[in-house]
Amino acid sequence: MDAPITQRKLRLATASLAGCFGCHMSLLDIDERLFELVERVDFDRSPLTDIKHCGPCDIGLIEGGICNAENVHVLREFRRHCKVLIAVGACAVNGGLPAQRNHLDLGLCLQEIYLTAPDIVGGQIPNDPELPLPLDKVHPIHEIVRIDYFIPGCPPSGDALWKFLTDLLDGRTPRLGHPLLHFD
Amino acid sequence: MKQASILLDGLPVPFDAGQTIMDAALAAGIFIPHLCHHPAFKPQGSCKLCTVKANGRYVSACTLPARDGMEVENNTPDLNDKRRTLLQMLFVEGNHFCPSCEQSGNCMLQALAYELEMLSPHFDQFYPNRPVDASHPEVLLDFNRCILCELCVRASRDVDGKSVFSLSGRGINKHLIVNAESGRLADTDFDWADKAAQVCPVGVILKKRRGFAVPIGKRRYDIEPIARQVESLAARRADDMGHGD
Repeated sequence: MDAPITQRKLRLATASLAGCFGCHMSLLDIDERLFELVERVDFDRSPLTDIKHCGPCDIGLIEGGICNAENVHVLREFRRHCKVLIAVGACAVNGGLPAQRNHLDLGLCLQEIYLTAPDIVGGQIPNDPELPLPLDKVHPIHEIVRIDYFIPGCPPSGDALWKFLTDLLDGRTPRLGHPLLHFD
Repeated sequence: MKQASILLDGLPVPFDAGQTIMDAALAAGIFIPHLCHHPAFKPQGSCKLCTVKANGRYVSACTLPARDGMEVENNTPDLNDKRRTLLQMLFVEGNHFCPSCEQSGNCMLQALAYELEMLSPHFDQFYPNRPVDASHPEVLLDFNRCILCELCVRASRDVDGKSVFSLSGRGINKHLIVNAESGRLADTDFDWADKAAQVCPVGVILKKRRGFAVPIGKRRYDIEPIARQVESLAARRADDMGHGD
């Protein structure tokens, strides 16, 4: 009898850029299916592992858009190391809520928040060199690097993420039909 | 005499003299994607979502009169690809942030994006600066979501007899304006009971102080995809869209 073909475990990395971690919470919403997931994938860089840098991976999930210089570096690191890079959630797909500052002047925003707001006394605009510099506009991630797949939703439901990931892991073309595909 | 009919994706669909391809399809319960078309108003064929191939030529289904024996392609990968691209251009031209929009779930633009499986905006976002008009006591105008379908323009002019709305500018600068010297809705005779208040297919014209009366996930196109709501789309009168009043 032939020995069963043992499939190599795939490596999965995740990151939240200009997002709220809601999409990561949704990933946890797959609940007990997490056990099945860790049977099939090893987690690389992710808030769940606290690994700080991404190694060679099969799948990268990016939550959030691009609002500062560090986001750009992280996104490029993921693109370099992930065979398949997936934009997860409204912010990664079109900028989402953070992009609603795009019609405002960034300098004026910082001034109002840190200097001129009514209850500020002796405020200053944060300038620690460790802080990444904000970009003048927030961008969706496909404007910076090539993205292989998009999972819209704010957040996409656990069921949607599960459907998408299992399609991908099983070698099917990932597809979200009604009602899993939603933008809100 | 034999009833005249077109062949829509190979299916014979009867029509009466004067009916367009869209009229015939809606009457037969067949979905052709559309945004600027509304059965209660004269078609204008501007959104091009209803583009079909009739006898080999790309035409707007909502404006082209049906002719006996006409062969029409509708639900094909080629046409749906083109329609998806049109949707993507509409999405990046405005500011369509569905999670913070009260019309989410009742929005035809969003429902068509679901139907045509538009997963990303594909193009670079324009992020235009379009201030809202909150001057009116009852109604908020959020121009960020306007897709220039002119349904409010047509309803206000042709049904309400008020001509509150118009389009101004050319090409990429075209935008919706309010017919008042100040440009503010409060300085017009616009009223929530107007037909023009009820026809917006997206989330531009919204009633104030009525957020989330129906929760996200339980709205019109959350319940059932737009392509399966042909009957209610065909039966639309000027007063029964989206807002649910």
